Formats: sequence, structure tokens, C-alpha cells
Amino acid sequence: MNTVDLAATGVRELNRRLRHASDDPSALSWLVTNPKGAHAIAAGLTRPVRIQIDGHVGYYCAGMNQAAAVTIDGHCGTGVAENIMSGLVRVRGNASQSAGASGHGGLLVIEGNAGPRCGISMKGVDIVVGGKAGHMSGFMAQSGNLVVCGDAGHDLGDSVYEAVIYVGGSPASLGADCVEKDMTPKHRSRLRGLLSRAGIEIDPERFRRFGSARKLYHFHVDHADAY
Amino acid sequence: MCGIVGLFLKNPALRGSLGGHFATMLTSMGERGPDSAGIAVYQAEPRGRASRVTAFHPDAGFSWESVAAELSRRLTVEVGVEVKADHAVLEADHDVSGVTRGLTDLDKDIRIVGYGKSLAVFKDKGSVAEIVARYGVADMAGSHAVGHTRMATESDVTTGHSHPFIADDDVCLVHNGSLSNHNRLRGWLIRQGMRFETDNDTEVAARYVAYRLQQGSSLKEALEAGLRDLDGFFTFAIGTRTGFAVLRDGFACKPAVLAETGDWVAMASEFRSLAELPGVERADIWEPEPEVVYDWTLGDGA
Repeated sequence: MNTVDLAATGVRELNRRLRHASDDPSALSWLVTNPKGAHAIAAGLTRPVRIQIDGHVGYYCAGMNQAAAVTIDGHCGTGVAENIMSGLVRVRGNASQSAGASGHGGLLVIEGNAGPRCGISMKGVDIVVGGKAGHMSGFMAQSGNLVVCGDAGHDLGDSVYEAVIYVGGSPASLGADCVEKDMTPKHRSRLRGLLSRAGIEIDPERFRRFGSARKLYHFHVDHADAY
Repeated sequence: MCGIVGLFLKNPALRGSLGGHFATMLTSMGERGPDSAGIAVYQAEPRGRASRVTAFHPDAGFSWESVAAELSRRLTVEVGVEVKADHAVLEADHDVSGVTRGLTDLDKDIRIVGYGKSLAVFKDKGSVAEIVARYGVADMAGSHAVGHTRMATESDVTTGHSHPFIADDDVCLVHNGSLSNHNRLRGWLIRQGMRFETDNDTEVAARYVAYRLQQGSSLKEALEAGLRDLDGFFTFAIGTRTGFAVLRDGFACKPAVLAETGDWVAMASEFRSLAELPGVERADIWEPEPEVVYDWTLGDGA
């Protein structure tokens, strides 16, 4: 286990070390202490490192993540795991707005609540929120799965493309062109798999599914396979 | 962008250290607002004196002592003065309007920065670290304070356009965001008898809250009315003599984080600002919900 105290070592130096971690198993496990809300901690990683961050972080933590597994033992500011490509980002506390924004792949787990615009413009990432999610979550979400175990705020899935949204509680309101859809056995099975990967125990039977009505003027059904 | 912070002490035993904690909080928000910074601090009310007024004069070396002496002669009351850089805090056993009018009659370049019974206000251009040092913020005692670091977007960078905006006795407001209907609302408030000092959008929000309070609303009611009447992006932190409140607009795109322990409530644009507060590791920490008024009132021992 490599320990980096951010009170003594700056974020740039931490991220440099993480990006250059060797394949030696001893170089792949990291503990970060004293984050104190700093921005861009563990951003831009491309190595299969495992990182535990002990405390609250600022903006864009684990942004653009590839391959790494990042656990934040605290709350997150704006844009945790924004543009995540692969790997796993787990938040033990709450996440602020735009969690997982434009994410292309991998899994983001928020064990607490997510703020507004969770999964905005997501492009293939899977996001599981253990608590509730704020307004306009799944806005223009193009691909991937957004799972909200609690309630969702207003305008859920506004202008959603082909992403699939599961809600265990109830949405305050649905956004433009977002509609409730049948929960088929196939979707139930996919949801069970997502919850299992996220390590969140909740009965999949209580969830409802939401997605695009494909009625907005810019939506061309011939392109649905592109997502 | 801008940074805003607020610290409200529930435990009176901590009042001596308000400025120390607040200086750290505000300085850490310097990157969000490099143009100017300001603080409003609620201090113990002056003994036997009815008003406390903070004033500004642009000339270095301006003689506040002679101004205080002349004001004392004209008002026939004792006037206390404490000078901090180009600001002075004056205390007089006289009503606020008499003191402020007396000051501006004595020198046309004197500008009133803050007024009331407990409020002292300091705002200046430049980096927050320099401003915090120049005004000795770390040594200030009090029950609560709000502050601002400004990245100017919609009006000029001057001390006058710096936050906090004081809109009535001991009523102040700081703002991260921008209002889109401030011209219309300013006109309406002027017709209700409110007076304005700048063309700044935040001053409109401050005067609006002051107007509602004058009409008998509670702070919570004033802000709930503001949700209907103010159009734009905002996170506000508001101070009154005995209260502190936080409000975000429905979009909630301007950041805010709240933390609370048995001893204090703190608000900031980012968690970084709260990271050094005593006991923060055990605090309740949450992001204020859009369109929900969060407010606190000093207890009876205040």
C-alpha cells in the first residue's frame, strides 16, 4: 500500500505518480489522506490502480478515469467521474451536481445521494445511485444505464436518447420526451446485474423503467442503433 | 464564478475565534474571485450607543479622527471611531440615519459601507489574502459573518460594486450568480420607496430582502417571496442581526455546501473552504436543495 498525504504532497504530484504506477502489484494499491476538498484528485488515470481517498474531495475527482478503481470515503464536489471511460468509481457519501457527466464506460456508484444533473449526456457509463438523484438527471443521456434507488428530482431524463433509467422510488416529474416503459424480464435481469456489480442490496422488483419516447424533432429513429 | 462563505456560531463561547476561522474560509475561496473581496461581521452591539456605521474614504491617510470629532460636535453625542485601512467603524449614541447623513455631509467622498447596530463591513479590490490581512479579519470577534470573493461579470470592479451589499440596518447579502430581471425589479423597489447606490444586480436582491423584512416578513418568508420574484442564477448567503440564511435558485448551478455541528453552521461555495473548521470531520455536510430556504436564528443568549 502506497500512502500519499495531500497535506504534504500536491494533487499534481499525486496524479503524476498514479499515472506512472508500474505493473508491480505493490505499485497498484494507494491510500490518499487529507484531500480537504481539493479538485481533480485522481483525474486522468490510465493504469489499473486501486485508490482509496480518505475524506471529502472537490471537483472532477476521478475524471476521465480509465481502468482505475477509485473509492472516495467521503462526499464529492461537482463532476465526480466526469467523462469516465472505464474502471470503477465508488462514492461512499454524497455527490454534487453532474456526477458521471458524459461518461463513456465503466461504473460509477454513489452510495449516498446524487445532486442535480447526474448522468447528464452520459454515453455508455453505468451509474448506480443508492439514495436519491437531483433534478434533470439523465438529461440528454445517450447510452448506458442510470439506476436511482431512491426518488429522482424534477425533469428526469429530459431529452434522453437511448440510455435506460431505472428508479426505485418515484420521479418528481419526467422531462421532455421521457416516458415510463415496461419492466420486461430482460430489463429486470440487467438491473439485477447492475445492482449486484454496485454492491447495493435492494429488491429489483420495486423499480420502474424510463426512457425516450423518440418523439423530439431532432430524433431520427433510423439512427437509434448508433447509440 | 465568485466564492461566497458564511459562518454562524451557535456556541457563544466561540465568538472570540470567529474572525480566525472566517479568514481561513474566505482566503481559500480566492481562486473563485480574484477581483475584490468583502466581509460583513456581526459583532457585539456597542454599549450605550445606538448605532454602528462603517464608512469608506478613497484617500490614504484620511483623518477619520477629525471627522469623528466634528460629527460628535454636530450631533452632540460621543462618537467612537476605529480605523482599518481606508475604512472606519464609527459608533454613536444616535440613530443610524443621523450618523450616515452627518458623515456624508462632512465629506462628499465618504461612502457608507455598512450600518446598523452590530454589523461592520469591509470590502476592497485585489486579492483576498491581502484584504484579509489589511483589515485584520483574523482578529475579529462576533457571532456570525458572511463574505464574498468576486469575479466580476455584469458590472464594474470597484469597492462599491463589491459584496456584501447592505440594504438596511444589519441586513446584508452575498451572491454567486447573476440576476436577469434586476432592472425591472429595481424600478419596482424604487417605486416602493427603496433607494439604490449602484447598478449592480446583487444590490437589487439585497434591497428586495430588506423591503420584505420592512413589510413584516420573517427572513424565511422574505426569501420564499424572493423565489417568486427574482429571476436568474443565485446562491445567496444572507445575514441579519440575529439570523443567517442560505438560498439557491431552482437550477442550482451555482455551487453551495452546508455543514453543521452543535457549535456552528458554515456555508461555502466549495468544501475546501470548510476543511479547516474545528470538528468538521464530525459535521453534518450536505448540498442545499434548490428553492429551499435554510435559516438559523441566534439563541436567547445572543
